[in-house]
Amino acid sequence: MKVADKPIENKNKKPALRQLISFFVVGIAFGVIMVQAEVISWFRIFEMFHFHAFHMYGVIGTAIVLGIFIHWLIRKGIIRNVRGERIVVPPKAPTYKRYLFGGIFFGLGWAMTGACPGPMFIGLGAGFLHFALMIGAAVLGTMAYGFLRDKLPH
Amino acid sequence: MEQIWNQLFVEAQAYLPWYWAGAGIALVMLALLWLGESFGVSSNFRTICAMTGVGRRCDFFDIDWRHQSWNLSFLLGSMAGGFIAYHFMYPEGAALNLSEATRTLLASMGIDPQQGFYPMEIFSLENLGSPAGLVLTIVGGFLVGFGARWAGGCTSGHAISGLSNLQLPSLVAVIGFFIGGLISTYLIIPFLLG
Repeated sequence: MKVADKPIENKNKKPALRQLISFFVVGIAFGVIMVQAEVISWFRIFEMFHFHAFHMYGVIGTAIVLGIFIHWLIRKGIIRNVRGERIVVPPKAPTYKRYLFGGIFFGLGWAMTGACPGPMFIGLGAGFLHFALMIGAAVLGTMAYGFLRDKLPH
Repeated sequence: MEQIWNQLFVEAQAYLPWYWAGAGIALVMLALLWLGESFGVSSNFRTICAMTGVGRRCDFFDIDWRHQSWNLSFLLGSMAGGFIAYHFMYPEGAALNLSEATRTLLASMGIDPQQGFYPMEIFSLENLGSPAGLVLTIVGGFLVGFGARWAGGCTSGHAISGLSNLQLPSLVAVIGFFIGGLISTYLIIPFLLG
């Protein structure tokens, strides 16, 4: 049985250089924020899972609260995309197994590495070379998922 | 008034407080939606797999990676941002603003909490070959890649994008993240560093 992952639609779009530069600039902002707030640090994830500080909950919580407002404005059609069209955010498939089991596997790795995927790349950019090995392992993990997908509960 | 100003802007230059960081991440998500895409970093692992040509043997990777080049560009930008911030913005050699409880706990595990962003007792190139270094880096990395794709997203896709769009599946995923994270934190890491 084929399981629908997050759809990668073929909207016939190979982004132009100008668009790629826009995404690059947004990426720079993301990287700077994640370093300046210490979110890319292994220690901050360690601290978060020990419930020793509010910091990480504050970061994620603020992003969610402001994000709820942003999504509300999107649903109202007040925020539109760069071409002036309404933004459609597709809902996640209404199941639970893949989210729970996949989530647990991800969480095991998140606490071990002290980094979710964004911070792995940002940390590598900052010059911490253990992330090169870690990213290689994560690519292998993704590949393993691709081959085992039909055998896993979703 | 001056105190608020100092807190918001002067101290924030060295260390971004949680509220600015959270607001900034929400704006990053908004910028990606505005540009016609969405915020999800772990999809890039799938794209990288697709770039190796493995799509010939596995449908899941039979996608045209060029349609995802926007996300790779975002990823390269975040690496550049990491480089700029770490080398030119974050105070050099500063200790992290960790809680006292975390510092005490780390010290009791033989890890120096004052050394910057990463525990070099585990992740320095010399120590990467130790059992703790190998397991935390390679097994941990593998689980992140495997779990993120199984769950259909990572922290950016589920915790930020999904929860802020009030998606129940994302709440299940985030609960899963914490179940796994707590198991690693309380059982696996103390065992490896014990």
